[in-house]
Amino acid sequence: MRIENHPILSFNRGKTLSFFFNGEEIKGYSGETIAAALHAAGIKVLSHSHEFHHPRGLFCAIGNCSSCLMVVDGQPNVRVCVEKLREGMRVETQKGKGCLAQ
Amino acid sequence: MRETEVLVVGGGPAGMVAAIEAAERGAKVVLTERDDRLGGQLIKQTHKFFGSQKQYAGSRGIDISKLLEGKLSNNSNIEILTETTVLGIYEDGVVTMEGADKHLKLKPKRTIIATGASEKFLPFANNDLPGIYGAGAVQTLMNVYGVTPGQRVLMVGAGNIGLIVSYQLMQSGVEVAAIIDAAPKIGGYLVHASKIRRAGVPILTSHTILNAYGQEFVEGAILASLDDKWQPIAGTEKDLTVDVICLAVGLSPLTELCWQAGCEMKYIPEFGGYVPRKNEFLETTVPGLYVCGDAGGVEEASAAMVEGRVAGIAAAESLGYGLNNVQALKAALKDLEELRSGPAGEKILKGLEKLLAKGETAC
Repeated sequence: MRIENHPILSFNRGKTLSFFFNGEEIKGYSGETIAAALHAAGIKVLSHSHEFHHPRGLFCAIGNCSSCLMVVDGQPNVRVCVEKLREGMRVETQKGKGCLAQ
Repeated sequence: MRETEVLVVGGGPAGMVAAIEAAERGAKVVLTERDDRLGGQLIKQTHKFFGSQKQYAGSRGIDISKLLEGKLSNNSNIEILTETTVLGIYEDGVVTMEGADKHLKLKPKRTIIATGASEKFLPFANNDLPGIYGAGAVQTLMNVYGVTPGQRVLMVGAGNIGLIVSYQLMQSGVEVAAIIDAAPKIGGYLVHASKIRRAGVPILTSHTILNAYGQEFVEGAILASLDDKWQPIAGTEKDLTVDVICLAVGLSPLTELCWQAGCEMKYIPEFGGYVPRKNEFLETTVPGLYVCGDAGGVEEASAAMVEGRVAGIAAAESLGYGLNNVQALKAALKDLEELRSGPAGEKILKGLEKLLAKGETAC
Protein backbone atom coordinates (compact mmCIF):
# COMPACT_ATOMS: atom_id res chain seq x y z
CA MET A 1 0.00 0.00 0.00
CA ARG A 2 1.15 3.53 -0.65
CA ILE A 3 1.57 5.93 2.26
CA GLU A 4 -0.45 9.08 1.59
CA ASN A 5 -0.15 10.94 4.90
CA HIS A 6 3.06 10.94 6.89
CA PRO A 7 3.91 13.15 9.88
CA ILE A 8 7.48 13.83 8.68
CA LEU A 9 7.91 12.84 5.07
CA SER A 10 6.26 13.98 1.89
CA PHE A 11 6.70 11.73 -1.10
CA ASN A 12 7.36 13.52 -4.36
CA ARG A 13 6.43 10.72 -6.69
CA GLY A 14 7.56 10.90 -10.30
CA LYS A 15 5.33 10.56 -13.31
CA THR A 16 3.02 7.58 -13.61
CA LEU A 17 4.40 4.65 -15.59
CA SER A 18 2.83 1.46 -16.89
CA PHE A 19 4.65 -1.84 -16.72
CA PHE A 20 3.73 -5.49 -16.94
CA PHE A 21 3.93 -8.13 -14.23
CA ASN A 22 3.49 -11.61 -15.74
CA GLY A 23 1.55 -9.96 -18.57
CA GLU A 24 -0.74 -7.93 -16.32
CA GLU A 25 -0.53 -4.14 -16.60
CA ILE A 26 0.38 -2.31 -13.37
CA LYS A 27 1.00 1.36 -12.61
CA GLY A 28 4.05 2.67 -10.82
CA TYR A 29 6.05 5.87 -10.60
CA SER A 30 9.32 6.87 -12.21
CA GLY A 31 12.17 6.98 -9.70
CA GLU A 32 10.98 3.97 -7.74
CA THR A 33 12.34 0.44 -7.89
CA ILE A 34 10.46 -2.43 -9.52
CA ALA A 35 10.14 -4.07 -6.09
CA ALA A 36 8.58 -0.94 -4.55
CA ALA A 37 6.02 -0.71 -7.36
CA LEU A 38 5.17 -4.42 -7.06
CA HIS A 39 4.80 -4.11 -3.28
CA ALA A 40 2.52 -1.12 -3.68
CA ALA A 41 0.36 -3.34 -5.92
CA GLY A 42 0.31 -6.02 -3.21
CA ILE A 43 2.68 -8.41 -5.01
CA LYS A 44 5.10 -10.01 -2.57
CA VAL A 45 6.17 -13.25 -4.27
CA LEU A 46 8.97 -12.25 -6.61
CA SER A 47 10.78 -15.51 -7.34
CA HIS A 48 11.12 -19.17 -6.29
CA SER A 49 14.10 -20.94 -4.78
CA HIS A 50 16.10 -23.16 -7.16
CA GLU A 51 15.90 -26.45 -5.35
CA PHE A 52 12.67 -26.56 -3.37
CA HIS A 53 10.78 -23.89 -5.34
CA HIS A 54 9.84 -22.00 -2.20
CA PRO A 55 8.33 -18.58 -2.83
CA ARG A 56 10.83 -15.78 -2.30
CA GLY A 57 10.32 -12.10 -1.67
CA LEU A 58 12.31 -9.01 -0.94
CA PHE A 59 14.69 -9.18 2.03
CA CYS A 60 17.43 -6.53 2.01
CA ALA A 61 16.23 -3.92 -0.53
CA ILE A 62 19.82 -2.79 -1.22
CA GLY A 63 20.99 -5.35 -3.76
CA ASN A 64 22.91 -7.52 -1.29
CA CYS A 65 20.98 -10.74 -0.83
CA SER A 66 19.67 -11.89 -4.25
CA SER A 67 16.30 -12.93 -2.82
CA CYS A 68 14.41 -10.81 -5.38
CA LEU A 69 15.82 -11.98 -8.73
CA MET A 70 13.30 -11.67 -11.56
CA VAL A 71 13.23 -11.74 -15.36
CA VAL A 72 13.09 -8.17 -16.69
CA ASP A 73 12.63 -7.59 -20.43
CA GLY A 74 13.87 -11.12 -21.04
CA GLN A 75 16.99 -10.77 -18.90
CA PRO A 76 17.08 -13.12 -15.88
CA ASN A 77 18.58 -12.52 -12.41
CA VAL A 78 17.75 -8.82 -12.22
CA ARG A 79 17.75 -7.54 -8.64
CA VAL A 80 14.40 -5.79 -8.69
CA CYS A 81 15.01 -4.17 -5.29
CA VAL A 82 17.55 -1.83 -6.88
CA GLU A 83 16.46 -1.79 -10.54
CA LYS A 84 14.45 1.32 -11.37
CA LEU A 85 11.10 1.14 -13.11
CA ARG A 86 10.84 2.14 -16.78
CA GLU A 87 7.80 2.60 -19.02
CA GLY A 88 6.59 -0.62 -20.63
CA MET A 89 8.95 -2.91 -18.70
CA ARG A 90 8.07 -6.60 -18.76
CA VAL A 91 8.68 -8.10 -15.34
CA GLU A 92 8.22 -11.84 -14.84
CA THR A 93 8.53 -14.25 -11.95
CA GLN A 94 11.73 -16.22 -12.43
CA LYS A 95 11.66 -20.01 -12.36
CA GLY A 96 14.95 -21.74 -11.65
CA LYS A 97 18.30 -20.18 -12.40
CA GLY A 98 17.20 -18.34 -15.54
CA CYS A 99 18.64 -18.50 -19.05
CA LEU A 100 20.23 -15.68 -21.00
CA ALA A 101 18.24 -14.63 -24.08
CA GLN A 102 19.74 -16.09 -27.28
CA MET B 1 45.26 3.98 -16.23
CA ARG B 2 43.30 6.62 -14.38
CA GLU B 3 44.89 7.86 -11.19
CA THR B 4 43.64 9.79 -8.21
CA GLU B 5 45.00 10.82 -4.83
CA VAL B 6 42.24 9.53 -2.56
CA LEU B 7 39.58 6.95 -3.39
CA VAL B 8 36.67 6.73 -0.97
CA VAL B 9 34.58 3.58 -1.37
CA GLY B 10 31.04 4.11 -0.15
CA GLY B 11 28.91 7.27 -0.07
CA GLY B 12 27.23 6.84 3.31
CA PRO B 13 27.82 9.10 6.33
CA ALA B 14 31.44 7.96 6.88
CA GLY B 15 32.49 8.09 3.21
CA MET B 16 30.84 11.43 2.51
CA VAL B 17 32.60 13.11 5.42
CA ALA B 18 35.95 11.44 4.59
CA ALA B 19 35.72 12.74 1.01
CA ILE B 20 34.86 16.27 2.17
CA GLU B 21 37.72 16.42 4.70
CA ALA B 22 40.35 15.14 2.26
CA ALA B 23 39.15 17.37 -0.59
CA GLU B 24 38.90 20.50 1.57
CA ARG B 25 42.60 20.06 2.35
CA GLY B 26 43.43 19.96 -1.36
CA ALA B 27 43.52 16.25 -2.24
CA LYS B 28 41.89 15.05 -5.46
CA VAL B 29 39.16 12.63 -4.40
CA VAL B 30 37.05 10.04 -6.20
CA LEU B 31 33.99 8.92 -4.22
CA THR B 32 32.18 5.78 -5.38
CA GLU B 33 28.69 4.65 -4.37
CA ARG B 34 26.86 1.61 -5.70
CA ASP B 35 23.40 3.16 -5.24
CA ASP B 36 22.14 5.88 -7.58
CA ARG B 37 22.27 8.43 -4.78
CA LEU B 38 24.55 9.33 -1.91
CA GLY B 39 23.59 9.17 1.76
CA GLY B 40 23.70 5.46 2.59
CA GLN B 41 21.39 4.70 5.49
CA LEU B 42 20.89 8.41 6.22
CA ILE B 43 18.33 8.71 3.41
CA LYS B 44 15.88 6.53 5.33
CA GLN B 45 16.48 7.84 8.84
CA THR B 46 13.58 10.11 9.74
CA HIS B 47 14.36 10.23 13.46
CA LYS B 48 16.31 12.98 15.17
CA PHE B 49 19.89 12.14 16.11
CA PHE B 50 21.16 12.09 19.69
CA GLY B 51 24.63 12.97 20.87
CA SER B 52 26.31 16.32 20.71
CA GLN B 53 25.37 19.38 18.69
CA LYS B 54 28.65 19.11 16.76
CA GLN B 55 27.48 15.74 15.42
CA TYR B 56 24.16 17.12 14.17
CA ALA B 57 22.16 16.06 17.25
CA GLY B 58 18.55 17.15 16.85
CA SER B 59 18.72 16.83 13.05
CA ARG B 60 17.09 14.03 11.12
CA GLY B 61 19.27 11.67 9.07
CA ILE B 62 17.52 12.68 5.85
CA ASP B 63 18.49 16.33 6.42
CA ILE B 64 22.10 15.55 7.40
CA SER B 65 22.46 13.66 4.13
CA LYS B 66 21.31 16.68 2.11
CA LEU B 67 23.70 18.94 3.99
CA LEU B 68 26.69 16.68 3.29
CA GLU B 69 25.66 16.27 -0.33
CA GLY B 70 25.69 20.05 -0.70
CA LYS B 71 29.25 20.24 0.65
CA LEU B 72 30.37 17.48 -1.73
CA SER B 73 28.90 19.01 -4.85
CA ASN B 74 30.43 22.41 -4.04
CA ASN B 75 33.95 20.98 -3.97
CA SER B 76 35.71 20.79 -7.34
CA ASN B 77 38.31 18.37 -5.94
CA ILE B 78 35.68 15.65 -5.63
CA GLU B 79 34.46 13.43 -8.43
CA ILE B 80 31.37 11.41 -7.49
CA LEU B 81 30.70 8.10 -9.22
CA THR B 82 27.25 6.80 -8.30
CA GLU B 83 25.89 3.45 -9.53
CA THR B 84 29.48 2.25 -9.33
CA THR B 85 30.43 -0.88 -7.43
CA VAL B 86 34.04 -1.49 -6.43
CA LEU B 87 34.88 -5.09 -7.30
CA GLY B 88 38.44 -5.60 -6.15
CA ILE B 89 41.67 -4.18 -4.76
CA TYR B 90 44.81 -5.71 -6.23
CA GLU B 91 48.38 -6.09 -4.99
CA ASP B 92 49.69 -3.34 -7.26
CA GLY B 93 47.17 -0.92 -5.73
CA VAL B 94 44.80 -0.99 -8.71
CA VAL B 95 41.13 -0.84 -7.79
CA THR B 96 38.58 -2.23 -10.25
CA MET B 97 34.94 -1.23 -10.43
CA GLU B 98 31.78 -1.64 -12.45
CA GLY B 99 29.67 1.34 -13.39
CA ALA B 100 27.01 1.70 -16.09
CA ASP B 101 27.90 -1.78 -17.43
CA LYS B 102 31.54 -0.73 -17.87
CA HIS B 103 34.63 -2.11 -16.16
CA LEU B 104 36.81 0.68 -14.77
CA LYS B 105 40.30 0.67 -13.32
CA LEU B 106 41.69 3.31 -11.00
CA LYS B 107 44.99 3.70 -9.21
CA PRO B 108 44.61 5.77 -6.03
CA LYS B 109 47.45 6.85 -3.76
CA ARG B 110 45.24 6.35 -0.69
CA THR B 111 42.05 4.33 -0.30
CA ILE B 112 39.39 4.84 2.36
CA ILE B 113 36.99 1.93 2.84
CA ALA B 114 33.58 3.13 4.02
CA THR B 115 31.42 0.27 2.78
CA GLY B 116 29.14 0.07 5.83
CA ALA B 117 27.47 -3.09 7.05
CA SER B 118 24.88 -5.67 6.06
CA GLU B 119 22.03 -7.03 8.12
CA LYS B 120 22.30 -10.24 10.07
CA PHE B 121 19.81 -13.01 9.49
CA LEU B 122 18.16 -15.29 12.03
CA PRO B 123 17.65 -19.06 11.81
CA PHE B 124 14.04 -20.23 12.34
CA ALA B 125 11.70 -22.47 10.37
CA ASN B 126 10.29 -20.91 7.18
CA ASN B 127 12.54 -17.88 7.47
CA ASP B 128 12.62 -17.64 3.66
CA LEU B 129 8.94 -16.75 3.26
CA PRO B 130 8.11 -13.51 1.49
CA GLY B 131 7.11 -10.94 4.10
CA ILE B 132 10.25 -11.44 6.19
CA TYR B 133 12.47 -8.40 5.82
CA GLY B 134 15.57 -6.85 7.27
CA ALA B 135 14.84 -3.65 9.19
CA GLY B 136 16.77 -1.64 6.57
CA ALA B 137 14.53 -2.99 3.82
CA VAL B 138 11.41 -1.95 5.72
CA GLN B 139 12.88 1.54 6.12
CA THR B 140 13.74 1.72 2.43
CA LEU B 141 10.25 0.71 1.34
CA MET B 142 8.52 3.05 3.78
CA ASN B 143 10.74 6.09 4.02
CA VAL B 144 12.30 6.22 0.57
CA TYR B 145 9.49 4.90 -1.63
CA GLY B 146 6.45 5.56 0.58
CA VAL B 147 5.21 1.97 0.40
CA THR B 148 4.17 -0.02 3.47
CA PRO B 149 5.58 -3.54 3.84
CA GLY B 150 2.22 -4.96 5.02
CA GLN B 151 -0.46 -4.42 7.64
CA ARG B 152 0.63 -6.07 10.86
CA VAL B 153 4.24 -6.52 11.92
CA LEU B 154 6.20 -8.66 14.33
CA MET B 155 9.46 -6.87 15.11
CA VAL B 156 12.31 -9.18 16.14
CA GLY B 157 14.90 -7.23 18.14
CA ALA B 158 14.45 -4.53 20.77
CA GLY B 159 17.71 -2.71 20.13
CA ASN B 160 17.63 0.86 18.84
CA ILE B 161 17.00 -0.19 15.24
CA GLY B 162 14.08 -2.45 16.19
CA LEU B 163 12.56 0.27 18.37
CA ILE B 164 13.06 3.12 15.90
CA VAL B 165 11.76 1.16 12.91
CA SER B 166 8.73 0.06 14.95
CA TYR B 167 7.93 3.69 15.65
CA GLN B 168 8.43 4.58 11.97
CA LEU B 169 6.03 1.77 11.01
CA MET B 170 3.42 3.27 13.33
CA GLN B 171 4.01 6.71 11.78
CA SER B 172 3.26 5.12 8.41
CA GLY B 173 -0.03 3.72 9.66
CA VAL B 174 1.14 0.13 10.05
CA GLU B 175 0.18 -1.87 13.16
CA VAL B 176 3.05 -3.31 15.21
CA ALA B 177 1.68 -6.41 16.93
CA ALA B 178 4.68 -6.94 19.21
CA ILE B 179 8.42 -6.42 19.57
CA ILE B 180 10.31 -9.43 20.86
CA ASP B 181 13.90 -9.84 22.03
CA ALA B 182 15.74 -12.94 23.18
CA ALA B 183 17.64 -10.90 25.79
CA PRO B 184 16.06 -10.40 29.20
CA LYS B 185 16.38 -6.59 28.82
CA ILE B 186 15.47 -4.03 26.16
CA GLY B 187 18.72 -3.24 24.34
CA GLY B 188 17.78 0.17 22.91
CA TYR B 189 17.32 3.53 24.59
CA LEU B 190 14.41 3.66 27.01
CA VAL B 191 13.18 6.93 25.49
CA HIS B 192 12.40 5.02 22.26
CA ALA B 193 10.94 2.03 24.11
CA SER B 194 8.67 4.23 26.24
CA LYS B 195 7.19 5.98 23.19
CA ILE B 196 6.25 2.62 21.74
CA ARG B 197 4.89 1.19 24.95
CA ARG B 198 2.75 4.29 25.50
CA ALA B 199 1.18 3.55 22.10
CA GLY B 200 0.17 0.13 23.44
CA VAL B 201 2.72 -2.08 21.67
CA PRO B 202 4.01 -4.89 23.93
CA ILE B 203 7.79 -5.38 24.13
CA LEU B 204 8.34 -9.02 25.06
CA THR B 205 11.84 -9.67 26.40
CA SER B 206 13.15 -13.25 26.84
CA HIS B 207 11.07 -14.22 23.80
CA THR B 208 12.04 -15.82 20.51
CA ILE B 209 10.41 -16.74 17.21
CA LEU B 210 10.13 -20.52 16.74
CA ASN B 211 8.76 -20.43 13.22
CA ALA B 212 6.93 -18.43 10.63
CA TYR B 213 4.02 -19.92 8.72
CA GLY B 214 2.05 -19.18 5.58
CA GLN B 215 1.45 -20.59 2.12
CA GLU B 216 2.80 -18.01 -0.32
CA PHE B 217 3.82 -15.36 2.21
CA VAL B 218 3.86 -14.79 5.96
CA GLU B 219 0.51 -15.32 7.67
CA GLY B 220 1.76 -15.63 11.23
CA ALA B 221 4.51 -16.54 13.66
CA ILE B 222 4.85 -18.84 16.66
CA LEU B 223 6.65 -17.24 19.61
CA ALA B 224 7.93 -18.77 22.83
CA SER B 225 9.43 -17.56 26.10
CA LEU B 226 13.08 -18.32 26.83
CA ASP B 227 14.56 -19.57 30.09
CA ASP B 228 17.72 -18.14 31.62
CA LYS B 229 19.81 -20.42 29.36
CA TRP B 230 18.15 -18.96 26.25
CA GLN B 231 16.13 -22.17 25.65
CA PRO B 232 12.41 -22.06 24.65
CA ILE B 233 10.12 -23.07 27.51
CA ALA B 234 7.63 -25.78 26.48
CA GLY B 235 4.01 -24.74 26.81
CA THR B 236 4.68 -21.01 26.38
CA GLU B 237 4.05 -20.96 22.61
CA LYS B 238 1.95 -18.06 21.33
CA ASP B 239 0.46 -17.74 17.85
CA LEU B 240 0.66 -14.21 16.46
CA THR B 241 -1.22 -13.29 13.26
CA VAL B 242 1.06 -11.01 11.23
CA ASP B 243 1.85 -10.51 7.54
CA VAL B 244 5.30 -9.01 8.12
CA ILE B 245 8.23 -10.21 10.22
CA CYS B 246 10.94 -7.59 10.49
CA LEU B 247 14.40 -8.70 11.61
CA ALA B 248 16.42 -6.14 13.55
CA VAL B 249 19.02 -8.52 14.93
CA GLY B 250 22.22 -6.66 14.26
CA LEU B 251 24.68 -5.87 11.50
CA SER B 252 27.97 -7.27 10.19
CA PRO B 253 30.74 -5.05 8.78
CA LEU B 254 31.12 -5.29 4.97
CA THR B 255 34.83 -6.05 4.84
CA GLU B 256 35.31 -8.02 1.59
CA LEU B 257 37.62 -5.34 0.20
CA CYS B 258 39.71 -5.29 3.40
CA TRP B 259 40.14 -9.08 3.22
CA GLN B 260 41.11 -8.89 -0.44
CA ALA B 261 43.57 -6.06 0.14
CA GLY B 262 45.34 -8.27 2.69
CA CYS B 263 44.48 -6.36 5.86
CA GLU B 264 45.12 -8.19 9.11
CA MET B 265 41.64 -9.10 10.32
CA LYS B 266 40.33 -9.87 13.78
CA TYR B 267 37.01 -11.20 15.06
CA ILE B 268 35.47 -8.68 17.43
CA PRO B 269 31.98 -9.71 18.60
CA GLU B 270 31.27 -6.17 19.87
CA PHE B 271 31.80 -4.87 16.31
CA GLY B 272 29.56 -7.48 14.64
CA GLY B 273 32.22 -9.74 13.11
CA TYR B 274 35.63 -9.62 11.46
CA VAL B 275 37.14 -6.16 11.14
CA PRO B 276 40.54 -4.92 9.97
CA ARG B 277 43.15 -3.99 12.52
CA LYS B 278 43.80 -0.26 12.48
CA ASN B 279 45.72 2.43 14.30
CA GLU B 280 44.05 5.36 16.03
CA PHE B 281 44.03 7.30 12.74
CA LEU B 282 42.09 4.41 11.17
CA GLU B 283 44.88 3.21 8.87
CA THR B 284 44.80 -0.58 8.50
CA THR B 285 47.87 -2.85 8.40
CA VAL B 286 48.02 -2.21 4.64
CA PRO B 287 49.83 1.14 4.31
CA GLY B 288 47.62 3.81 2.75
CA LEU B 289 44.40 1.85 3.27
CA TYR B 290 42.00 3.36 5.81
CA VAL B 291 38.67 2.15 7.16
CA CYS B 292 35.89 4.23 8.71
CA GLY B 293 32.27 3.85 9.77
CA ASP B 294 30.48 0.53 10.18
CA ALA B 295 32.94 -1.27 7.87
CA GLY B 296 35.52 -0.94 10.65
CA GLY B 297 33.08 -1.99 13.40
CA VAL B 298 29.31 -1.55 13.66
CA GLU B 299 28.44 1.56 15.67
CA GLU B 300 26.07 4.34 14.55
CA ALA B 301 25.96 7.24 12.11
CA SER B 302 27.30 10.02 14.39
CA ALA B 303 30.45 8.05 15.16
CA ALA B 304 30.71 7.03 11.48
CA MET B 305 30.83 10.70 10.48
CA VAL B 306 33.55 11.51 13.02
CA GLU B 307 35.54 8.48 11.86
CA GLY B 308 35.14 9.78 8.32
CA ARG B 309 36.69 13.03 9.51
CA VAL B 310 39.65 11.17 11.06
CA ALA B 311 40.29 9.04 7.96
CA GLY B 312 39.87 11.97 5.56
CA ILE B 313 42.26 14.22 7.50
CA ALA B 314 44.79 11.41 8.03
CA ALA B 315 44.82 10.49 4.33
CA ALA B 316 45.26 14.16 3.31
CA GLU B 317 48.00 14.64 5.90
CA SER B 318 49.94 11.63 4.62
CA LEU B 319 49.87 13.18 1.12
CA GLY B 320 51.20 16.48 2.47
CA TYR B 321 47.95 18.44 2.27
CA GLY B 322 46.35 20.68 4.85
CA LEU B 323 47.35 22.92 7.73
CA ASN B 324 46.87 22.25 11.42
CA ASN B 325 46.03 18.62 10.70
CA VAL B 326 47.33 17.49 14.07
CA GLN B 327 44.94 19.82 15.88
CA ALA B 328 42.03 18.76 13.65
CA LEU B 329 42.79 15.09 14.26
CA LYS B 330 43.03 15.63 18.01
CA ALA B 331 39.67 17.42 17.98
CA ALA B 332 38.04 14.60 16.00
CA LEU B 333 39.45 11.93 18.32
CA LYS B 334 38.15 13.89 21.29
CA ASP B 335 34.69 14.01 19.70
CA LEU B 336 34.79 10.25 19.22
CA GLU B 337 35.74 9.82 22.86
CA GLU B 338 32.79 12.00 23.90
CA LEU B 339 30.35 10.07 21.71
CA ARG B 340 31.50 6.83 23.26
CA SER B 341 31.50 8.08 26.85
CA GLY B 342 27.86 7.12 27.62
CA PRO B 343 26.62 3.65 28.58
CA ALA B 344 25.99 2.83 24.89
CA GLY B 345 29.68 3.40 24.16
CA GLU B 346 30.90 0.76 26.61
CA LYS B 347 30.51 -2.03 24.09
CA ILE B 348 32.44 -0.07 21.45
CA LEU B 349 35.29 0.70 23.86
CA LYS B 350 35.49 -2.97 24.83
CA GLY B 351 35.68 -3.90 21.14
CA LEU B 352 38.36 -1.29 20.48
CA GLU B 353 40.43 -2.59 23.37
CA LYS B 354 40.32 -6.08 21.87
CA LEU B 355 41.12 -4.79 18.40
CA LEU B 356 44.12 -2.77 19.49
CA ALA B 357 45.46 -5.58 21.69
CA LYS B 358 48.36 -7.59 20.36
CA GLY B 359 47.72 -11.25 19.77
CA GLU B 360 46.38 -13.74 17.29
CA THR B 361 44.65 -12.50 14.15
CA ALA B 362 42.66 -14.23 11.43
CA CYS B 363 45.34 -14.09 8.77
